[in-house]
Amino acid sequence: MTAVLTVPASLDEAQFESVIEQLAAVPADAKVLVDARHCRFATPYGLTALLCLAQSRAERPDFAPPEDEQTLSYWARAQFFRYAEELYTIRGTVPRRAASGDSDVLLELTPVNGNDDVQGIVRRIQEKAQQILNATLDLEPRSTMGFSMTLSEAASNIIEHAGRGGWVMVQRYNWSKRRVGRDVVQIAVCDAGMGFRASLEGSRARALADRWDDQTALEAAVIQGVSRFADPGRGQGIKGMRGWVHRIDGKLTVRSGTARIAPIIPDWDEDVPLQGGLPAFPGAQINVIIPRRMARP
Amino acid sequence: MSHIDVSVALEAAAPEAHHHLVTRRTGAVVRSVIERQIAKLAEGSVAVLDFSQIGVLDRSCADEFVAKLVLPMTSERPSRESYVVLVGVNEGHLDAIEAVLETHGLALVVRFDDGVTHLVGTVSQAERQLWDCVMTRAGAAVDEAAEAVGLALEEAQSTLETLVRRRLLRRLDDAFAPLGAPA
Repeated sequence: MTAVLTVPASLDEAQFESVIEQLAAVPADAKVLVDARHCRFATPYGLTALLCLAQSRAERPDFAPPEDEQTLSYWARAQFFRYAEELYTIRGTVPRRAASGDSDVLLELTPVNGNDDVQGIVRRIQEKAQQILNATLDLEPRSTMGFSMTLSEAASNIIEHAGRGGWVMVQRYNWSKRRVGRDVVQIAVCDAGMGFRASLEGSRARALADRWDDQTALEAAVIQGVSRFADPGRGQGIKGMRGWVHRIDGKLTVRSGTARIAPIIPDWDEDVPLQGGLPAFPGAQINVIIPRRMARP
Repeated sequence: MSHIDVSVALEAAAPEAHHHLVTRRTGAVVRSVIERQIAKLAEGSVAVLDFSQIGVLDRSCADEFVAKLVLPMTSERPSRESYVVLVGVNEGHLDAIEAVLETHGLALVVRFDDGVTHLVGTVSQAERQLWDCVMTRAGAAVDEAAEAVGLALEEAQSTLETLVRRRLLRRLDDAFAPLGAPA
């Protein structure tokens, strides 16, 4: 029997939790149908996480694409179906590999499987999106490099720790009507790999911990910069990301297993700093939101 | 002083990187190329690593390349006497380099585009004062440096020796000289 997972109309980081909740009620080996017919909006987090969902299933899931033409077209331009076709059995027809002429998609869905992929991502952002980033976010040159560094460190996290490939996507939005009140750029880097807890299983933090779960592991990695390697130079990637996101008034969240951490919560948003006991989802999902720099007084 | 263009080393080691020093693996391969180049230099040479053609430098790569290049040079018993100075470093690079040096308790001499040379990384106040003194005078004897910064002779001697061991100054007979001064 096939279990149906309904994708909400708006698929962002918060709403993807409803998909995970539905997934948690389904046996690991059960056949699932991911029903996105009524979905009309998806962020990079939502799209990358949908690919991870398929990756995590023992049996190839089915996928019902959005019925809305504009949504379907956007997902195609974001290259979602290019990778979804490898992981899902698509029910119905979807646009074929449409070229992305969408200037708001700064980086289409891009697989991260190795070193070359990370280099390619940084190269593309530096070459193609630099002007857009400067115009959209009004970043100083130093901060523009911080953007690429953050992207690179988040993607490197997959090749260093996940044990399997993942995806990255970057998109800009006009959020003038939302609380932040300005343009933002979102970076999503998601994988369905081993997650932070398993990655840190052999670490000193694990050996010294009274309690060991996804929440503790996430806190150790993201806040304390703990790595599975004894080398003191390790664990600096996330620390660097955290510092840069804080400096530019951005927001960073990381979800792994049954836990989620928001180490940087800016004034323009509200969130829970650390949550445990969430429905399980494999791997690690990183979401970064960078708002346009506020005009100086 | 021997000039080493980091972008040329990167091109040789990882042509797909396109002038961007990102990921640990890239850092490790570039380090091994540069280690080989430094090993070919005469004992006591100063290698000037030029970052001017480098685009993005992330912390993971900086740790694997810069910090791990310097660590063995500054150990208690280094296999040879080598010095490194960085040039062509922009603010973005500096963020990453400074962070990884501080993590390992290291420091490096960095010459910025305006020609001003700075110590970057972890240094004590006495180390910085003495280093500045030696730089300003293009070399100084212990007693001269001790008097200039107001330290006891023994403390100045010991701190200057530490700066030499950390490869931030060179010994010139009875005096201490900045990196780049004639040996």
